[in-house]
Amino acid sequence: MDIIDFLQKISTTPGVSGYEDKVSEIVMEEFKKYSHKVSRDVLGNVIALKKGLNNGPDTPKIMLAAHMDEIGLMVSKIEEGGFLRISSVGGIDPRTLLNQEVLVHGRKDLPGVIGAKSPHILEPEEMEKGIKLDKLYIDLGISEARANEMVSVGDIVTIRRDFVPLGEKMAAGKAMDDRAGVAVVLQCLQELQGIRHDADVYAVATVQEEVGVRGAIVSAYGVAPDIGIAIDVCHGDMPGVPEHKTSLLGKGTVITTGPNIHPVIYKQLVKLAEEYQIPHQKDTAPGPTGTDAWALQISREGIATGLVSIPLRYMHTSVELLSMEDIKHSARLLARFIAFQKHDGLKELVACF
Amino acid sequence: MLLKTLSESSGVSGGEKEVRQFISHQVRPHVENVETDILGNLIVRKKGKKEGPVLMVASHMDEVGMMVAGFEKSGLIKFFKVGGIDDRVLLSKVVQIGPNKVPGVIGAKAIHLQKPEERKKSIKVEDLCIDIGAGSRDEAEKRVRLGDYITFSTRYEEIGDNCAKGKALDNRVGCAVLIEILKREGYPYSFYGVFTVQEEVGMRGAGTAAYRIKPDLALAVEGTTAADVVEVKEEGHVTTLGKGPALTIMDASVIAHRGMVSFLMKLAEEKGIPYQIRRFTGAGTDAGRIALTRQGIPSAVVSVPCRYIHNPAGILNLKDVEYTVKLVEEFVKNLPEGGFDNEGID
Repeated sequence: MDIIDFLQKISTTPGVSGYEDKVSEIVMEEFKKYSHKVSRDVLGNVIALKKGLNNGPDTPKIMLAAHMDEIGLMVSKIEEGGFLRISSVGGIDPRTLLNQEVLVHGRKDLPGVIGAKSPHILEPEEMEKGIKLDKLYIDLGISEARANEMVSVGDIVTIRRDFVPLGEKMAAGKAMDDRAGVAVVLQCLQELQGIRHDADVYAVATVQEEVGVRGAIVSAYGVAPDIGIAIDVCHGDMPGVPEHKTSLLGKGTVITTGPNIHPVIYKQLVKLAEEYQIPHQKDTAPGPTGTDAWALQISREGIATGLVSIPLRYMHTSVELLSMEDIKHSARLLARFIAFQKHDGLKELVACF
Repeated sequence: MLLKTLSESSGVSGGEKEVRQFISHQVRPHVENVETDILGNLIVRKKGKKEGPVLMVASHMDEVGMMVAGFEKSGLIKFFKVGGIDDRVLLSKVVQIGPNKVPGVIGAKAIHLQKPEERKKSIKVEDLCIDIGAGSRDEAEKRVRLGDYITFSTRYEEIGDNCAKGKALDNRVGCAVLIEILKREGYPYSFYGVFTVQEEVGMRGAGTAAYRIKPDLALAVEGTTAADVVEVKEEGHVTTLGKGPALTIMDASVIAHRGMVSFLMKLAEEKGIPYQIRRFTGAGTDAGRIALTRQGIPSAVVSVPCRYIHNPAGILNLKDVEYTVKLVEEFVKNLPEGGFDNEGID
């Protein structure tokens, strides 16, 4: 599948943390085409193995990890009149929810709207305050009796958003964090069809990242790789955010360094990007990267970990915006990185210290 | 479907062309005359069996929206609001800009990058930008122009039990009602249907159209606030979904003609049409402007209750729309031959 079509499909599919099933089915279907074996573990991580041509005892085993879950909401109460109260799943800014369209996954998928008073009846001081989650409610256009029949406390809610192409290279939508990373992994698998690689590659679409990198914890243990690369999104440039905390959209894949990142992996990624003239940018993370890389690094006896990111504006809103070019550059770099790992690759990872 | 096309069309105050053309095309086969005045009001004359009191039924075509105000070096777009919109609903929405409907998004700083005190405050329109994915000012200016109108990008859709969701229900629902009225036949007297412009920036169109037509009486058909939701007490509901058309006693723009209001109530009761009284004295409609045209024109308002008007996505009840059509139709068909004056009002 064309990578843009794939991203459009998975970005618009509901898959809140812990409820990734619909997304994982699409991902399994696509990963299957470019790998030797695909499986799903107990938490729901999708794990695809693409075997290398010469995987000896010292050839590093590589795991790619991109999370397929998205932030969302859960029904916490059915109010008089059939309105639904909500609780957040993952880091949602309630201010971005006002009058958003949603899908309540009740006995069937029910379209609804998060209510917002019309300005005619708003008090001026209300408009000054950032709205809190406990003031918000979902309107399904149904009666209380019908709401009780169709919806239960604990039902999951996703924000509805079309995939919005912007010009020729950009796109916006929901859940680009981190379905864009999953798209990178798929495209990397596609690229590897035409490139010789010795190392075994485990392409993993992880679950429950947004609630604490949980899918990565168990999938890294299960796969037990020597090298783990997380593919996630990083903050894109926008007004009101300091430059050193952001990367530029459309200027290439982002390679991160810091305590979460193995120095050799970082160097190899940068070197390969330069060698193959892949547009790239560098980023620094002084502590937690807030990605699956954080879990990968300390799995079992430790994994040499890297982080490749796609710059993304307006993270955790429903209009996350990115450049499709950055996805392609990231995938190319990963494919080159995998091909670069040879039979004696493991030694260098320890020798550097 | 009429309401779907109307709701999804772009027509911010002063830029109602797309809506006007659609309506003109819809009504032309069913009416005697269609013309457009200097402000852009679409004035339609419907032939009756004879001439009687001159009635003007008015529905505004415009919607609240935004306008391109300037370009940043980065290619981001600054914008103004057109009409009343709560700044807070602008966040994290998709919009479409100008005649080519160029898509864009209104972003917000990622929650990870916010300081705790930032989260407590609302974000003002001055601090927001529209992002069309342009890499520079030049690139942005090639795709949209200064002054281009901007609307929310919301699809109309039927949801829940007999409800529909969409943008600009205020007042495309009024337009849908009036179009339907103009398509029907059997009216005793000729009358005017007027699709007005610029209601949302101060009822600008209704006055000039009324001056031109010189009606003996006027009825504004509107989409009005329904606040019958969990966050609001009953006395603040304004109107309630599913209880039929709302009759205005008064709002901030007009005290409805009492004879007309009593007549509408009596008619609704006789014909078995459910109706409700709008319990709010705020906000305004075209009736306010029409009522004060020339030497004064008896005016009333019939509204379809709509939740979340002036927001990207409102909700209305389709039964209310049907009943509103019915009530307006009966009103036009049963108009007293002498019209309304102030005789007989207690």
